[in-house]
Amino acid sequence: MEEKDKENSSSSGGTTRRQFLGQVGLAGAGLQLAPLLAKATGILPSNEALAAEPITVSMMVNGSKKTLTLDTRVTLLDALREKLLMPGTKKGCDHGQCGACTVLVDGRRINSCLHLAVMCEGSEVTTIEGLATGDQLHPMQAAFLKHDGFQCGYCTPGQICSAVGLVKEGHAHTDAEIREQMSGNICRCGAYQNILAAIKEVQNA
Amino acid sequence: MESFRYIRAQDNQAAIRAAGINEAKFIAGGTNMLDLMKLNIETPKQLVDINKLSLYKIEELQNGGIRIGALVKNSDLAYHPFIVKNYPVLSEALLSGASPQLRNMASVGGNLMQRTRCPYFYSTDFACNKRLPGSGCGAIDGYNRNNAVLGTSDKCIATHPSDMCVAMAALGAIIHIQSPKGIRTIPFSEFHLIPGQTPHIEHAIKPDELITHVELPALSFASKSHYLKVRDRASYEFALASAAVALDIQGGIIKGARIALGGIGTKPWRSPEAEKALIGAPANNETYKKAADAALAEAKPYTDNAFKIELAKRTLVRALTTVGGMS
Repeated sequence: MEEKDKENSSSSGGTTRRQFLGQVGLAGAGLQLAPLLAKATGILPSNEALAAEPITVSMMVNGSKKTLTLDTRVTLLDALREKLLMPGTKKGCDHGQCGACTVLVDGRRINSCLHLAVMCEGSEVTTIEGLATGDQLHPMQAAFLKHDGFQCGYCTPGQICSAVGLVKEGHAHTDAEIREQMSGNICRCGAYQNILAAIKEVQNA
Repeated sequence: MESFRYIRAQDNQAAIRAAGINEAKFIAGGTNMLDLMKLNIETPKQLVDINKLSLYKIEELQNGGIRIGALVKNSDLAYHPFIVKNYPVLSEALLSGASPQLRNMASVGGNLMQRTRCPYFYSTDFACNKRLPGSGCGAIDGYNRNNAVLGTSDKCIATHPSDMCVAMAALGAIIHIQSPKGIRTIPFSEFHLIPGQTPHIEHAIKPDELITHVELPALSFASKSHYLKVRDRASYEFALASAAVALDIQGGIIKGARIALGGIGTKPWRSPEAEKALIGAPANNETYKKAADAALAEAKPYTDNAFKIELAKRTLVRALTTVGGMS
């Protein structure tokens, strides 16, 4: 909610941050279209022609069915953020190294940046936006708030989704095991001690 | 990322057919493939999604071995009770690799096919004979602290990155392949290729050959096994050196031994030399040191990675000591 407020108040120039990013994204899409246009005008030799066609995929996202027709290259992360306009899931490294993009697919935590959206046909995806029940926070969200398990908050959606996955998996019990099992989520602010406390509280509840 | 055609295969035959055309590649977990596609290192014109194939089973065999479907997730294999009990070296190797999220995605077949993390391979700004045959090797005269000391050539010194493969090399796994020509098997030791003059050819299979299963033959002492990984960080990092060890010790004498090393070779490095030094010898520190010397006897250091030779020896001795203490 804070983020939304910030965006609304920063729109003095007539363009919000998200609108601006959307426009930049469209400009980027224009660049991607260039080869297609080149092909149409006969500039590219035929063996470089793009045979790729958009693919339609249906998945459940936070309990609602979503059907999207996408360029095959779109990752689940980009589909969530750019197509479904659910920016809760964050893009950090975009290479599976930082964990900011962690979501639950069919109940298991994965890096959504290394998963093609078209591979999600029939999958159930849960993002940070889908953890709460109405105004009732998920216990992990509440524990992160209580223990101050963040500073800047950018890694937090991934940390929380990862922590929910960790508890469900049931392989981490000691502090060392929890730290090991959260090693796929980097926090540049170094809130690890408090993240650990939050996870332990949920596990022991 | 380059544009590609996406095909969702419904059965093995369809997958193999689709893989035979349009410079296609299979995709399963995608953790390595998509990473490389984003960097334009892998540029398939067609991606064949094999996740709908029925290759998810872990089956115990009549002969005491086990058959693992190629699509079994790394995490599912690592925590499978039969593997934990009977092949601890494999479970430990899997759990020492990547992160929980990546292990939830990555498949057994994909792990077998994963590519080096040599920084010169990963950066298109540098020469790399693996990425661009004939362009040269940036690592040999570059910063090669993480590169290999065994199995190298004047064309490539890239390290094989997998932990799982090191355990499977020690266990003598057998890889089952399906292709348009039928079904065949490849012994683990022949699956990965050393670079020689053709570092871009990494495996003994063709693009339209589908890995369907990995078989672990029965090994009476596989439960007395261990994987030790040494790295720059405590977690979520590739090995500087690692050792997969299984020992059969009876009355203080080593009757059987399986040794493989990771982080130091251009392929998962089984060491018959170390096994020979161990078998028939008393299970003690002196024997373990001799085995470690034998394993690294042919090692060739480069500018920045000579330390790996001693590190790998100590890693192997520590792993042997741990397993020796189990009997």
